[in-house]
Amino acid sequence: MTCCVPTAETVELSQQGGIETDDEALLTLSRKLGDGTRQLEFAVPDAHCASCIRSIETGLDALPQVKSARVNLSKRRVRVVFDPELGPPKALSPTIRASGYHTYVLDPSVDEDGDPGLRELVKALAVAGFAAGNIMLFSVSIWSGANDATRDLFHWISAIIALPAIAYAGRPFFRSAWRAVRVGKTNMDVPISIGVILATALSLYETLRSGEHAYFDASATLLFFLLAGRCLDHLMRERARSAITNLARIAPRGATRVREDGRREYLALMEIEPGMVLELRAGDRVPVDSAVLSEGASFDTSIVNGESMPRAIGTGDEVMAGANNLGGLVQIVARKRSEDSLLARMVALMEAAEGAKTRRRRIADRAAAVYAPIVHTIAIVTFLGWGLLTGDWHNALLNAVAVLIITCPCALALAVPIVHVVAAGKLFEGGVLMKDGAALERAAEADSVAFDKTGTLTVGQPRLVSQQVENEAAGQAAALLAAASTHPLSQALARTLFRGDATATQVAEKPGQGVEGMIEGRVWRLGSRSWCGLGEGEADATSVWLSRDGFAMGSFRFEDEVRPDARDAVRQLVDLNLPVRLLSGDAPLPVATVAASVGIPDARSRLMPEDKVAEVERGRTMMVGDGINDAPALRAAFVSMAPSTAADIGRSAADFVFTGGALSAVPLVIGTARRAATIVNQNLVLAIGYNAIAVPLAVSGQVTPLIAAIAMSSSSLIVVLNALRLRLGRSSWPTRTQNLKEAHA
Amino acid sequence: MSGLSVLIPVAIGLGLIALVTFLWTLRSGQYDDLEGASQRILDEDADRPAFDAHQGKARR
Repeated sequence: MTCCVPTAETVELSQQGGIETDDEALLTLSRKLGDGTRQLEFAVPDAHCASCIRSIETGLDALPQVKSARVNLSKRRVRVVFDPELGPPKALSPTIRASGYHTYVLDPSVDEDGDPGLRELVKALAVAGFAAGNIMLFSVSIWSGANDATRDLFHWISAIIALPAIAYAGRPFFRSAWRAVRVGKTNMDVPISIGVILATALSLYETLRSGEHAYFDASATLLFFLLAGRCLDHLMRERARSAITNLARIAPRGATRVREDGRREYLALMEIEPGMVLELRAGDRVPVDSAVLSEGASFDTSIVNGESMPRAIGTGDEVMAGANNLGGLVQIVARKRSEDSLLARMVALMEAAEGAKTRRRRIADRAAAVYAPIVHTIAIVTFLGWGLLTGDWHNALLNAVAVLIITCPCALALAVPIVHVVAAGKLFEGGVLMKDGAALERAAEADSVAFDKTGTLTVGQPRLVSQQVENEAAGQAAALLAAASTHPLSQALARTLFRGDATATQVAEKPGQGVEGMIEGRVWRLGSRSWCGLGEGEADATSVWLSRDGFAMGSFRFEDEVRPDARDAVRQLVDLNLPVRLLSGDAPLPVATVAASVGIPDARSRLMPEDKVAEVERGRTMMVGDGINDAPALRAAFVSMAPSTAADIGRSAADFVFTGGALSAVPLVIGTARRAATIVNQNLVLAIGYNAIAVPLAVSGQVTPLIAAIAMSSSSLIVVLNALRLRLGRSSWPTRTQNLKEAHA
Repeated sequence: MSGLSVLIPVAIGLGLIALVTFLWTLRSGQYDDLEGASQRILDEDADRPAFDAHQGKARR
């Protein structure tokens, strides 16, 4: 991405219609601020530096209706407060595009002001940090020899700080533990809560009777470490979530209805009834399953069924919800309601696809299920053992609580999230967004990979593969005409051939047929065989013809372009011992071609969404797909990935989303996940090893608050440092910049 | 002991001030855009703090 300069891609985008140009739709999306002003949020995924902020903000501020515009660079969004009285909101997104950035409006209902859980955790972390620091101040004095009245005073002050702080900062753990216990289950928070509460209660008792040892510092420090781990976990998910929300172009939430008297009105998706006549502009998606009324319409259905080439759809033919209108204005008549349309059927299929992933429990929970009973048994045995053997029940209780404090799974609770956070950061640099840590655990265990074809292995855009033209001038004429059209084949042609040293006049496009224009006094036509006056031939959606004054001058053939690094990615996956399959809804011939060119021996074509679900449910499959038809398979698969260009529904079903268009992201995810799994296991072994040393000490009554503090801090530090090793080592993975370069090349 | 009666309140007071300040910065949204804050410092004109964003038309 070129910094701060409008790219060709941006200009291309700015010509498209969509919800951003519709005042009514924008006003319904905006949030009322009370004083007559409204607020909209736009995603600006390319903004990344100070001058980006400046050019976007000053551009927007110059509009009369804009009260304020503020870019949030962390979230790559701009929040605009505007007054609809002073100007229409549809001027906003063209202004941002004029500054040189892709942009689209965000749905405020999808993403409110971030994660409320994270805010609560950060506050709790601050309180726990304050308490831990100040209590430690007194604890160090006690350990270094303060005694008698001074020690009691320090214990009392510690208690005054610790009790409210622990009651406040411990709530996230207490709540979660209570929820688990109430339904008779156990999780990591149960031993944490029991340990913290018992340690605090015992310390309070010791303080009351002027005892020697109080564990207030241990309770507060424990909470601080645990909250740090949990905050990091939330931060990671929050970052991925906001980045993924930024990708979500808002799907059509309605369509323009043409009434019988010719008037037009905008209807919400739910209000569309079968039989209504709807009008689609170029670039609009079909809102509900419909039949086409206009002649010569053509639709891009790749996201619906995986067919790679645009399809001309004649009058009366059916078109599925989600297909993209490529021609000019098209009228369709609704056949089904929104809830019976293709998209809704896919959602139903996705709900039915329970998937292997929900049956699998996370490593931390599995560890806790084993860990908690063992720890509690040891504590009880310690208590009974000391009590029965020595008859000193007070001392027995002290030792039992020391066991609980020592075994409080601080390292264990930190060991897993910290690795996931580091891995997520590493993947983020490689252009991959990870939705949560459980996905990483599953990716490490995947035993095969299944790819979709169109839009996943291929770019989803046609590429010129062969051309036959009479002479150089004919090629240029074709490019000139193609540049005037929005049809994907024309755009591919213009991209390849256009040089811009001639001009065409009277250029006109007939949707579904072709383009016509005058060049140097002659009439040139580019389009279908019949449009060029070359007679009726075989209807072929992958070829374009060129004629001059009715005589053939050339023809062009297109194919869907395979992603440049697809072959490498497949080979790397095979090297990782993962068999690769190709699952496509497209016809056998294009599927076989692509499979051969990327080196996948096992390819299936003409698969229905249900078939794909059945395919991925075998074993632990990683599914990589992008279309609406892939969404159920993405949900059903053990673990799944989608490119950022995928349909919204596919992207929200996937565990990982990769940006930059490079398939090297797939081996990157698997490789990182496996390394992360190794380090998680090492951390678990470290945590258990620490317990193996510390627990006997605690059981034998040797653990003082000082030893507990040292042991806890050092074990936490060790697992954190071990997790950071994931950042080191292999740096041969492509970075995000490289991915972007490849995608633009 | 007399030293302690001064030093302890001072130490805890300082800690409390830090805690309250942190909670205030959190509430006023100063951590909402850390990346933006580090970039905005490079822009001579944009010196308004983040949490003033909604208080009317920005000066240029």
